[in-house]
Amino acid sequence: MEKIRIDDYTWEIPREAKPGMKVPARLIASQKIIDELDQGVIDQITNVACLPGIRRYALCMPDGHRGYGFPIGGVAAFGVDDGIISPGGIGFDINCGVRLIRTNLKADEVVPKLRQLIDTIFKLVPSGVGSTGIVKLNNREFDQLMSEGVSWCREKGYAWESDVELTEQRGRIPGADPQFVSAKARERGFDQVGTLGSGNHYLEIQKAEFDPECDRKVAVAMGISEPGQITIMVHCGSRGFGHQIGTDYLQSFGAAMKKYGIQTNDRELACAPFKSPEGQAYYGAMACAANTAFVNRQVITHRIREAFAAVFGRNAEDMGMHLIYDVAHNIAKIEEYEIDGELQKLVVHRKGATRAFGPGSPDLPDKYKQIGQPVLVGGSMQTESYLLVGTARANELTFASTLHGAGRTMSRAAAMKKIHGARLREEMEKQGIMIRTVSLKGLAEEAGFAYKNVESVVSTVHNLGISRKVARLKPLANIKG
Amino acid sequence: MPESGFTIIDDGAFADFEFEARGKRIEDLFVNCARALFTALTDLDSIRPILSIEFTVEGTTNEDLLFAFLSELIFIKDTRKVFLGEFLLKFETDNRLYCLCRGESIDRERHVIKTDVKAATYHKLKISKSGDLYVTRVILDL
Repeated sequence: MEKIRIDDYTWEIPREAKPGMKVPARLIASQKIIDELDQGVIDQITNVACLPGIRRYALCMPDGHRGYGFPIGGVAAFGVDDGIISPGGIGFDINCGVRLIRTNLKADEVVPKLRQLIDTIFKLVPSGVGSTGIVKLNNREFDQLMSEGVSWCREKGYAWESDVELTEQRGRIPGADPQFVSAKARERGFDQVGTLGSGNHYLEIQKAEFDPECDRKVAVAMGISEPGQITIMVHCGSRGFGHQIGTDYLQSFGAAMKKYGIQTNDRELACAPFKSPEGQAYYGAMACAANTAFVNRQVITHRIREAFAAVFGRNAEDMGMHLIYDVAHNIAKIEEYEIDGELQKLVVHRKGATRAFGPGSPDLPDKYKQIGQPVLVGGSMQTESYLLVGTARANELTFASTLHGAGRTMSRAAAMKKIHGARLREEMEKQGIMIRTVSLKGLAEEAGFAYKNVESVVSTVHNLGISRKVARLKPLANIKG
Repeated sequence: MPESGFTIIDDGAFADFEFEARGKRIEDLFVNCARALFTALTDLDSIRPILSIEFTVEGTTNEDLLFAFLSELIFIKDTRKVFLGEFLLKFETDNRLYCLCRGESIDRERHVIKTDVKAATYHKLKISKSGDLYVTRVILDL
């Protein structure tokens, strides 16, 4: 398909490229990324451009890669009155996301105790297939948890007051309605709160570094003042609870599509009008899963604070273990944007993409109102992650969205053929990254070479101006489920 | 001519687990899909048939039935914390499939733990006939 160059980092596939496209598709990519882009991404993002009620463009971020239905890295906004909601535009792992915790500790204080630290965290944060969490819930409590999100944790002693403020949308997506959650989703989710999961999910101890382009003033405002400062990153989602909600609604949306006469190029793009009973039911259930994912990352944070307190013999407050922020990167949100001179309410789908509000956005906590929203970009387990900040330009160009990670370039099976898990662990330990994992086979799937170069995808969004670099976070130890 | 069984595809959807399965009857095809699913999770040969679990699934097309069948196995894996290795399937009606599965509780000391499976997907899911075999490609979300 023809790709028209709009500027150095934006490429457009016109509406005429595929029958049924309602808007053009836009790819955010450098020349090198576009040259190496998998054709599957283009097929998928142009399928998204065919969905009813889509506004402006179907977008794909520079870390984009082939998924199912929507590509990973896909962003699409639909009118609340004439548009749709699609479980495949969010992913099965509803509110998979990242949070970043700061500390006052320096690398030279932490490195000598690193083994003890990750062994302690590994014990306190269950991970991998079949793990169960510490939170015991009955049905009524589970309803409260999924409706209230991080505020529920505050009441139970798993969260500090500031944690609520510093989570996207205060850790509670409005409209969560437990009546739309199946008994099966409850059964699958009730004992998994506080577990890390598996696959590309991880918990990482990092030290901050600064590229020349990093905005050091913003870094200080976010709580990172010098190189070598220790941060902790958590990447996980709503676990089996969200996966089951995705599965349930993917099945039931088949009938809804027939009822509303919607046809798509892929069954994974199953959708329903946002305002229809089916669309509203899914939104209510999705918000429950999103809130549960915020809680999951919060309970894990509580356990990390306990682990640090045990190992360093100091309390977590003394070590300044405040949240920098928590972002969702698999989610649909109701947000307002100006379209053709008119302010419109839209259902913004982000599947492997991060919200990146610029300064002044009313949704931001006071702490970040002047500087913009922290954006957390998880690299592969072998490479750096990034802390970025949202910009006004993202509001204009990409429905306030940016990338979420490095983006895969190789299938898991292909990565496993290239390297053995034990060999990769050895390599990583030589690089100075300590590893604890339930699954060495799973580790091989996450090798750095299976991903795009994180610096190149981050530089793409920085140079386009849809987010700006604040700090680079180098892994020191990684726990993988 | 490919034989009944399954093959893991390594150039497919990037983040996920894709396989092709084949079977003489629809039931055989489904059993091979189930075996591929548990191969993503652990070494199939290590699963002992110690406990039995029965269930039925419904669907108006073979694809819907396969999606429902794999989704049920994933649900059972998470809620009963088991790996399953043996599957006996029987159509009760055209739209209703009975399954008897055998396996055992997940044991991290004994089982190789690979990557967890989040969900089955409908991505390009199509069951077709090639010669005397039913063939399908399935993508699992990991």
